Amino acid sequence: MSRRFVGAGRVVRRRLLVAVPILVLTSIGMFALGAASPIDPAKQYAGSAAFTANPDVLAQIRANWGVDDPLPVQYFRWIGNLLRGDLGWSTSRHEPVASVIAARAGWTLLLVSLALAIVLLASLLLGALAAYRRNGIFDRALRAAAYAIESMPVFWIGLASIAVFALALGWLPAGGLTDITASGTGFGDVAHHLVLPVLVLAVSQAPWFVLFVRDGVADSLRDDHVLAARARGLPGRTVLFGHALRTALLPFITLIGTHLPELVGGAILVETVFSLPGLGGVTVQAALGSDFPLLAAITLLTTAAVLTANLATDLAYAAADPRIRLDA
Amino acid sequence: MLDALPGRRILRLRPGHAGTLVAATVLTAAIVACVLAPVLWPLDQSAISLDQTRLPPSWAHPAGTDDLGRDVALRALYGLRVSLLVGAVAALVATVIGGIVGGIAGTLGGRVDRLLMRVVDTVAALPHLLLGIFIVAMLRPSLGAVIASIGVTHWLSTARIVRSELLSLRNRPFIDAAISGGAGRRRILTRHLLPHVLPRLALATTLMIPHAVWHETALSFLGLGLPPHLASLGNMINDGQGSLLTGAWWASIAPGAVIVVVTLAIAALAARWREHLDPRVRAELEL
Repeated sequence: MSRRFVGAGRVVRRRLLVAVPILVLTSIGMFALGAASPIDPAKQYAGSAAFTANPDVLAQIRANWGVDDPLPVQYFRWIGNLLRGDLGWSTSRHEPVASVIAARAGWTLLLVSLALAIVLLASLLLGALAAYRRNGIFDRALRAAAYAIESMPVFWIGLASIAVFALALGWLPAGGLTDITASGTGFGDVAHHLVLPVLVLAVSQAPWFVLFVRDGVADSLRDDHVLAARARGLPGRTVLFGHALRTALLPFITLIGTHLPELVGGAILVETVFSLPGLGGVTVQAALGSDFPLLAAITLLTTAAVLTANLATDLAYAAADPRIRLDA
Repeated sequence: MLDALPGRRILRLRPGHAGTLVAATVLTAAIVACVLAPVLWPLDQSAISLDQTRLPPSWAHPAGTDDLGRDVALRALYGLRVSLLVGAVAALVATVIGGIVGGIAGTLGGRVDRLLMRVVDTVAALPHLLLGIFIVAMLRPSLGAVIASIGVTHWLSTARIVRSELLSLRNRPFIDAAISGGAGRRRILTRHLLPHVLPRLALATTLMIPHAVWHETALSFLGLGLPPHLASLGNMINDGQGSLLTGAWWASIAPGAVIVVVTLAIAALAARWREHLDPRVRAELEL
């Protein structure tokens, strides 16, 4: 490979030097919060039986679980188990955390990646078109729409779209992943149920991307190489998509990385609105049921995944732009 | 016509700023209504009238009634009170944290600055709603937990703003002049740096309020925010979800519309304010 990648290893190491301590600090903070929480895990486990149970039995449960050990001991036991792949037992769903996550992560990934794909395609197309005629009718309308959508909470867009497309017009289902009568997850059935959630998530995230592309292309339309392309008499479409959009694309890659946290938050809310069986819905359940093992595992794993993806987009940026030297 | 308005001098209104005027009017009306609501339209939070449930919008009930027969418009007004208050306090908390971090990075500079900004970049990459959910779940949903969860996750932009403002001020001639004039660290900080940083900080806090309101509404919507007796906008949208599926869309759509309108108004005013603070932005806009 070219010399540009010489510094990649060093950059990754330097970024990890900050990211790993922050991840560790997050996990310590999460554990401390969990320990400070007023919920007694033994009583939570026993449920209503806790009121009538022999205190000795509760004490025995506490001793078995080691919840009265010193906090550092408990923390290292928890982290050690997580690193060994033992994510623990979900107290709200009464099954191993790993199997809860395994059964649901796929749906969330599907929702997020479909929405992201739509956002990217739509924003590149719409943003470039708006920039081509700056301050034209299309540009103004698009920007006004973007600012308006920016100020709408995603769950509100979701509810409004249910009211319109599911209830008033009856075109699409209001929630769930399949029809209640369905016995499995057929492709057509699932696709039909995912149209609204995917579009809602995409629409709610699109404004930042559209405005970003629009401003970037508007700037690069004034660059020398674009003017040169015009001077050579190339058709407008070639200049716009072949020259102006290409240069504006680069910073766009980093925008994807920095926007991932928003996407995760949006997915949680959209899954809740549309009762989808993804990680978002189960996160809320775990939070309502004070299910520390499940909630902590999802939060920590998602955080690690987002940080990794962020690093990946930075590397992709450097790979795409010959002017960026990673070791600079 | 705009020249005659009393707000002209404050906002430096020009004919092109009709939007700003609308935004200012809407926001002022909303705040005045929020403040005066207990006097003008006293609300008995527990009053329910089961013979008037799920009435569609009408003159008597501009936004209809919910499934307990309560007026949605009035409850949304009280919800806005709660949401704005929580949002403002949380934004203030976030500003204090961000101001301290940005202040340290901007005044010390060098390695401390590089390290702190790396930390800010990394923390910005954390999924903040998820962390907010975690904080609230462990502390049990309450006013303090919601404010803490917003403060801890929303201080990053303020830290960046304060830091970059301080770094650019450090190299200005008037600071050099003050130093050569014999001004001490304390005097430079209070007389020369703070007057420049404070307006930015105020702007950052204002811009943070919509974000804080959103975060609070999102948590409340998930059932993880403010306790039910504090009718925030998020709680109302959450309550109205059931009615929505039976056709009474107004119970959750109306409180959401309030959020949208207020957010838009704040964003429009903040954009105008930023123009006012930064002539370069103004020049770009007038190109």
